[in-house]
Amino acid sequence: MTEADAPTRPPLVTLTGVAKTYGNGTVALAGVDATIKQGDFVSLVGPSGCGKSTLLRIVAGLIGPSAGDVRWHTTDGARPADVGFVFQDATLMPWASVLDNVFLPLKLRGIARDKARPQLMEALARVGLADFAGAFPRELSGGMKMRVSLARALVTQPPVLLMDEPFAALDEFTREKLDDDLLELWRSQRWTVIFVTHSIYESVYLSERVLVMGARPGRILGEVVIDAPHPRGPAFRRSHDYVDHCAAVSAALREGVAT
Amino acid sequence: MNGEDKALPRAMRVVVPVLVGVVFIAIWEALVRLGNVPPFVLPAPSAIWTSLVLNFGSLMASLWVTLRVTLAAFLLAIVGGIGLAILFSQSRRIEMALFPYAVILQVTPVVAIAPLILIWVGYDRIELALLILAWIVAFFPILSNTTLGLRSADHNLRDLFRLYGAGRWQVLTELQLPSALPYILAGMKISGGLALIGAVVAEFVAGSGTGTGLAWRIVEAGYRLDIPRMFAALFLLSGLGIAIFFSLTWAEHLLLRRWHESAVRREF
Repeated sequence: MTEADAPTRPPLVTLTGVAKTYGNGTVALAGVDATIKQGDFVSLVGPSGCGKSTLLRIVAGLIGPSAGDVRWHTTDGARPADVGFVFQDATLMPWASVLDNVFLPLKLRGIARDKARPQLMEALARVGLADFAGAFPRELSGGMKMRVSLARALVTQPPVLLMDEPFAALDEFTREKLDDDLLELWRSQRWTVIFVTHSIYESVYLSERVLVMGARPGRILGEVVIDAPHPRGPAFRRSHDYVDHCAAVSAALREGVAT
Repeated sequence: MNGEDKALPRAMRVVVPVLVGVVFIAIWEALVRLGNVPPFVLPAPSAIWTSLVLNFGSLMASLWVTLRVTLAAFLLAIVGGIGLAILFSQSRRIEMALFPYAVILQVTPVVAIAPLILIWVGYDRIELALLILAWIVAFFPILSNTTLGLRSADHNLRDLFRLYGAGRWQVLTELQLPSALPYILAGMKISGGLALIGAVVAEFVAGSGTGTGLAWRIVEAGYRLDIPRMFAALFLLSGLGIAIFFSLTWAEHLLLRRWHESAVRREF
């Protein structure tokens, strides 16, 4: 459903020569050019220190680039007001219940809790946590906390979802389950997802395009298109296609290490 | 916790210390009686009890004075400490300008400032002077703990708040203050005890001018070598300190038990 229209999708955000040098002189990013189209599922993969998290934060507008330009193809050229962001840690408020954590984005917008309740329950149901609305974060497993984080990112129905190594701290089984759930949500909701990971396998399994990044200085080494059809399932993980794509990403990464 | 501690039923945690206390008092009573120790050296527990009963009216009036000063100083320390910390968190410049003076107020021994404050405020408004002195001692732990707590909010959560366009006030009330709550409560526990110490020290310095607080009762009983009454006042002071400590511990438990590591009981 999605890959057929990929070439004709309108662009969502264009990065031109985006660079970031931190105050201490570290060059985190040196001139990144990329275009993300509406409805894309794009992964940024690379070794630690390649600036992939920095790039995601620049796209989110949390930090500004030292040079270059981030251009959103919206009517006013600004970042859409609704952007979902998922961190590596669940980043929940420990003093608030699951429901109140998911409520946060709406609360900050001045929406009353009672009015938001159906929306909150729907977001929780989508990540399979409808029965845990009253629980506190510390009573949940790592995977469940991550689901709460995901529900919070989804509750505003954002057109863009930015994910910064969201499942990296989870065990293999939980991670694969969440990967599948994420794909399912992406197919039904048609958001744009930018997904940062250091796992080659995860990037190939999930995305339509993998942007391979290298370190010192952080830059994009190349792009691998994963043209396998969606929905993808366990069968895809065992296919030759999958292995070939992983090899391609791996090769692109090695190129970066060699230079 | 080792296995032995776990095996102890909850009730034992109350029963055992109480038993130790009873045994201690019994030995004390026996030693004083058998050794014919004069009451102006060490009064028997029974003599202290008698004195407490005989002087109940005046001691309770004194307790009320000390309690009033302590609680008022403590409440003002909470308001002032948290208020100033919030002000500091909103403006680095204000913090830079004022924090050194808060430290000076804290490190200068209160006994040394007391005569000055007494003269300024005047002996006709002695309770106000006591209040100011107790407040000076009590407010700093709350200020420094709250300042630390407001800064300790999770950085990713801060980013998240920014991403959703939260204003200063929202960040303060929804993120910084809840994050700071365990720190504030820890500061309050220290301050509660310090407010009492401050009130007592101030009474000592103020001397006969107060005439009514528990600390002054102790001094007065000392002058008259009425040691049983001295002990009776002393026990009331300890009781007050214990009551303050336990009410704050209880408040902390109620506020943090659902979410904070320090208060949550683990089941394994």
